[in-house]
Amino acid sequence: MIPSVLILDIAIMAMLVVVAFAIVRMRSLFAIVMLQGVYSLLCAAWFVSLDAVDVAFTEAAVGAGVSTILMLSAMLLADRQSKPIEMRRQLGPILVVLVTGAALFYAIPDMPAFGAANSPANAYVGMDYIDRTADEIHIPNVVTAVLASYRGFDTFGEVVVIFAAGLGVLLLLGLNGNAGKWRARPNGVNVSSAMLPSAQAATGESVESLANKQSTEIPPAKPNAAKPKKEASKATKGGRS
Amino acid sequence: MFDLIFTHFNYAVVIVLMMVGLYVIFATQNLIKKLVGLSVFQTSVFLLYITIGKVSGGQPPILVESHGGDHALLSEPVLVASAAPVATHSGAYGPEVLYSNPLPHVLILTAIVVGVATLAIGLALVVRIREVYSTIEKDEIDALDYHFNLEGIDG
Amino acid sequence: MNPHVILRVVSKFLIPLIALFAFYVQFHGDFGPGGGFQAGVILAAAVILYALIFGIDAAKKAVPPSAVRIGMSLGVLIYGGTGVATWLLGANFLEYGVLAHDPSHGQHYGILAVELGVLFSVASVMVAIFYAFGSRQPDLTDEDW
Repeated sequence: MIPSVLILDIAIMAMLVVVAFAIVRMRSLFAIVMLQGVYSLLCAAWFVSLDAVDVAFTEAAVGAGVSTILMLSAMLLADRQSKPIEMRRQLGPILVVLVTGAALFYAIPDMPAFGAANSPANAYVGMDYIDRTADEIHIPNVVTAVLASYRGFDTFGEVVVIFAAGLGVLLLLGLNGNAGKWRARPNGVNVSSAMLPSAQAATGESVESLANKQSTEIPPAKPNAAKPKKEASKATKGGRS
Repeated sequence: MFDLIFTHFNYAVVIVLMMVGLYVIFATQNLIKKLVGLSVFQTSVFLLYITIGKVSGGQPPILVESHGGDHALLSEPVLVASAAPVATHSGAYGPEVLYSNPLPHVLILTAIVVGVATLAIGLALVVRIREVYSTIEKDEIDALDYHFNLEGIDG
Repeated sequence: MNPHVILRVVSKFLIPLIALFAFYVQFHGDFGPGGGFQAGVILAAAVILYALIFGIDAAKKAVPPSAVRIGMSLGVLIYGGTGVATWLLGANFLEYGVLAHDPSHGQHYGILAVELGVLFSVASVMVAIFYAFGSRQPDLTDEDW
């Protein structure tokens, strides 16, 4: 008699493997990103079956929701298609993956059986938290108690990491999406970040026209850019004296 | 040998998923697809942790009381705090209930949110790379870098 | 005529409920599944849904970027401030027992404050990241898809 939970586990695992291989085969980035969301949602479903309700909650909200949105918005700013991979470029990665996978499979028998209550991971500190939360913290949800109280340092570090990651994105892109983009009008000559050689390469212009533009437009702007400042400072000095 | 398949199937599946993610990271040249592969790999590691923490026949680690309602626990905190801890524990919560291990849940819960924050950093880098190089295929970026290194950025 | 009438009407109905659910998850996190991380992401999802349906400029009027920037650091400050408060009360960093006369009450207050910090930080960072990506988009019409 197969327990019904096992059937659920096997069905979800089969879907996970199918989705993972579909991600490898697909070339449309939109399909890949959506499949990644499906993968996260399937993982969340399995987390519920594995008793990790808090994790399932987070994975469904973060993995299937926010990260899919972020990937879609990044995809809009980048490409819609990924190039096909040549066969000779695939051989090395396949070899590496097969060797790594074989090594990991070789290690499987040393791991505790699925659902073992007396495995080293389940026997000591985790179960101790369950025993002590009732008396010391006095709230029913052990995960919240461990997260916020027993391992408060750890969570503080995670919050700081999230804060730092947010700062990093804001430095790279800007809260209004304007980081790295600038525009100036020194002495009547329009100069902006779009005229830089790197930006020209992005618009697909040839290298020659790039070099011409750079030699004609930007260098004259530089000496002129310095002049108005000097004049302005003179004017203020004159006004003071 | 066949026993092993039935008792350790979770590790086999997790390893397959992990290797699929690793393959995507290694083989594909597209930076966004690489990040998707990284996120598949990451989710597989989460699965590994959570399957290890599962206790068969266990419950989610939210303590249930053997008597009383959901919040009765908090209505009489003084009584419980003054009573002997061990006796309170066995009386209020029922020692017969088996819970899954909460520790992996805590570790993975924070790792998921940190994972999406770092994924956002990676995507922001990809966006800036695309603005400068006009491509997100790694081999084309390498070719452009090689060109600029040989001839200088003025070309 | 806007082609997204159904989306607009349904999301107008749903967004307050999503925000309400986020606070339920936040303050019920002691008793059921939930907590600051999940609540923060759900609250950010409400703002992101609003931005997706009504445009990012409308979302920036509702939740200004300056508020997001303050919220990011405020969350970390609340979390760290709780630790400093326990220091000042004579205990170790983040040892909540001293926050009230009864140690288990102190634990409650400490967990509440810390989860609030997590909520502010996570929600603001997620909204900030979405603003950063969303503001950089060129305007798209439906045909571009």
